[in-house]
Amino acid sequence: MAALGFNLIAAMVIFTAFWVVTTSKLIHAAVALMGTLFGVAGLYVYLYADFLAATQVIIYVGGILVLIIFGVMLTHRVSGIDTLQTNMPNRPAAAVVVFLLFMGLTALLFRTPWHMADAAPVVSTVEIIGAALLTRYLLHFEVASVLLLVALLGAAYLARREDG
Amino acid sequence: MDIRLQFALLILLLPLASFVLQIFFGKRLGPRAVWISVATAFFTLFLAGSMLLSVALGAPMEYYPEAEWFSLGEFGLTVGFGLDNLALAMLVVVALISALVHLYSVEYMRGDIRYNRYFGYLGLFTFSMNGIVLAHSLIMMYMFWELVGLSSYLLIGHWFEKESAANASKKAFLVNRVGDIGMFIGIMIIWYVTGDVTFQGMYDNVNVDKANMFAGQMGLLSVAGGLIFMGAVGKSAQFPLHIWLPDAMEGPTPVSALIHAATMVAAGVYLTVRLFPVLTPDALLFVASIGAITALLGALTAMTQFDIKRVLAYSTISQLGYMIMAVGLGAQQAAFFHLSTHAMFKGLLFLCSGSVIHALHHALAHKNDHETDPQDMRNMGGLAGKMPITYATMFIGALAISGVPLFSGFLSKDAILAGTLAFAQENPAWWANLFPIAGFAAAAITAFYMFRLIFMTFHGKPADAAVHEHVHESPLVMTGPLVLLAALSFAMFFTLPQVNPLDSEGWFTQALPQAINLTGHESLDVEHLEHGWHDAHDSAVRLSLGVAGGGIALAVLFYLLKLVNMAALAGAMKRIGFYQLSFNKFYVDEIYNALIYRPFLWLTRVITWIDWTFWDQWFIDGIGRNTVRASNRSGWLDFVWLDQFLIDGIGRLTQRLGHTGRKLQGGKVQNYLVWAVAGAMLVFFISGSM
Amino acid sequence: MDSLQSYLFISIVLFCLGLYGVMTRRNGVAILMGVELILNAANINFVAFNRFGGMTQALPGHIFALFVIVMAAAEAAVALAIIINLYKTFSTVNVDEAHELQG
Repeated sequence: MAALGFNLIAAMVIFTAFWVVTTSKLIHAAVALMGTLFGVAGLYVYLYADFLAATQVIIYVGGILVLIIFGVMLTHRVSGIDTLQTNMPNRPAAAVVVFLLFMGLTALLFRTPWHMADAAPVVSTVEIIGAALLTRYLLHFEVASVLLLVALLGAAYLARREDG
Repeated sequence: MDIRLQFALLILLLPLASFVLQIFFGKRLGPRAVWISVATAFFTLFLAGSMLLSVALGAPMEYYPEAEWFSLGEFGLTVGFGLDNLALAMLVVVALISALVHLYSVEYMRGDIRYNRYFGYLGLFTFSMNGIVLAHSLIMMYMFWELVGLSSYLLIGHWFEKESAANASKKAFLVNRVGDIGMFIGIMIIWYVTGDVTFQGMYDNVNVDKANMFAGQMGLLSVAGGLIFMGAVGKSAQFPLHIWLPDAMEGPTPVSALIHAATMVAAGVYLTVRLFPVLTPDALLFVASIGAITALLGALTAMTQFDIKRVLAYSTISQLGYMIMAVGLGAQQAAFFHLSTHAMFKGLLFLCSGSVIHALHHALAHKNDHETDPQDMRNMGGLAGKMPITYATMFIGALAISGVPLFSGFLSKDAILAGTLAFAQENPAWWANLFPIAGFAAAAITAFYMFRLIFMTFHGKPADAAVHEHVHESPLVMTGPLVLLAALSFAMFFTLPQVNPLDSEGWFTQALPQAINLTGHESLDVEHLEHGWHDAHDSAVRLSLGVAGGGIALAVLFYLLKLVNMAALAGAMKRIGFYQLSFNKFYVDEIYNALIYRPFLWLTRVITWIDWTFWDQWFIDGIGRNTVRASNRSGWLDFVWLDQFLIDGIGRLTQRLGHTGRKLQGGKVQNYLVWAVAGAMLVFFISGSM
Repeated sequence: MDSLQSYLFISIVLFCLGLYGVMTRRNGVAILMGVELILNAANINFVAFNRFGGMTQALPGHIFALFVIVMAAAEAAVALAIIINLYKTFSTVNVDEAHELQG
């Protein structure tokens, strides 16, 4: 049951991701990306990363994806159907290169003797992450917050109208 | 500073100051400024004369101040003066003639376009000549020797607009160079042999080393003497380098008197006299032979010349030959004596001829005749009444040079002839007799041609009565020097306090003691020689009186009384070829032309042919042609194969690759990304990580 | 589902697809989507290595993934601002058409 669920989620991730990069309609791509992001959130659940799964859904799906759809809408005056997206003429070369990369990485994956620690999964991660963020990774946490602030200001500055 | 040194410096440098003044400021100062030069010349004469007087009345001077000029390691040169009686006597001769010529030129050259420059050159010449006389070493003498050559060149070419004058100055300079090269080599050799170039050092070294060192180097010393004598041959116009002197008469006549009669040409004799102590018997014989040939040749040529100055020029050559011969025969005191007396009367004769030419020139100019040559004696005649002072003084000069008693020429010539006779007596070889024969023959011919000159110029009927009308005696500044020189041509000036006209004993011979030949030859021993001269004196007097009288008598017969048909005589002489020989100056110029210039030109043509046709055209150009051919072949290879195929092929290949590769650099970041990933993959695959 | 390799495989696929998207898309927003895929692939790796590497103390893989998400958010915001500016300037969001500096 669990294996079936994992396989389904994996298939969905791969399929939607494929759709994201191949469809010529930006809105479709955005919707497909939502599927991918949800799938990844599901994968996190299987990895016992409950907090991360929630964050993935809230930030990615609820934030970034909305942002992307806004971007699509803003840059196409007519929202909807005609937001066609054509690909570069280098598709064959890119496809070959990426396929070779895929083959290489897969070969690497199977050739490498992965070391697996036999550790019990952590049941609840929220407590540990919260403690770690405010103790061990406090500096990183603060830097990230400053980064967000800067990004916010920068984005606002860049996007505002010249005359406004 | 020693008073003698001060005097010597003043004598040397005053004429130089005159030169500088006239050359650099002459234009600004104007023609009256030449009187400054005249004053300088006379002051120089006063200085030199007072020094000679002190010597003649007191002890002989032997003063050799010197200072180091430069030294390079062991090699060093000094500058200095060689002040002895010989130098002082020569100095007075130079200063006297120079001063008189300065004075004379004031009138003679009046109106000349380069009036001041002329006097500047006279100053330069006097400076150089004084330098020769005062030099204490051969090197220093050589430097002034060249300066004299230069000033002679400048003065002969004073009227350089005239082509003949320009050519004559060149000829004089170049012919002199020939002699000077020999002289320079000779100086080097004598330096090598004796280790010194100062006269005193040279004498000392020769004297000290004659026993051992010169046993092996006598030949070298002979060669050195002969080579240095070449300088004298050039300057003193000795055969075979005498050809420049007659041409040098293109210069102004006072210049001829100063340079080409009295002083510069005497420099060669002075040098030979100075060198006498170290000349070997072989070198002396060479010197004497050259002198004898020159004496005879000059006299013979002078007989038939018509240009009054050329007659005097050949006469000068002949008299210089006399002096040179005398030095070669050991009678160097007699030679110098003759040099001094000759300077007086030959300077006088030249200035007289200048006076005649000057007068005739003005008379011709009055008639607007610029065609007639005022120097040709055939255009003269009957001038005695018109120019009494010139006539009288020139007559005295002619008497002096002919060797008539009471006049200075008699004494000095007699001394030389006595020397030749003594040499012939001492030397048993048959050719020793040739020297007195040449001497007496030349003396007879001298008397003949001098009176021929006098009679043709001053006696007989005027060639052109119209011109004759306008001839006037020259002014005082010209006749003054004539009178003074004529007075000095009397014998007693050289023999005081003695007044016996037949004996040369006097202050002059006492002031100039006989020099000793140091190269060690018995027949050149002083006592020996003096004994011989004493013995030969009486016969010499008799003989020379005879030949002088004979020569004058012949001239009187031919030219004054015209008892002989001259045309017939000339025809007879022509028949035996003598007349042409003499008239054409023994074809020396033509011989040079045939033996030197022509072969040289031919050689030049051959060398030109070798250089141009063979070397340049065939060889160099041949190389060029072959190179061109090879270059064409190589060029074809280079162009078609290398350039077109290989180089351009690479180019085309690169171009094609570039065309292809250009697409990679499309400026699109995503393409770069593709290739970057592909590159990374390649690295991974090659390294085997994947 | 309990093996590291399966997660890594999914990660590889996601990464390759994301890279393909970045390489081939012309639209700036679409490129951004490709970038998001790559970031998700990386995040899967972090969390999977944390899970199977036995790192139960402080969960560094989770924390790292969290920071990546934060960064992704900031990146998305800035990127979209740039895209909007690009659109205002060139009236297009196709990155290959904005080639003013191209030689």
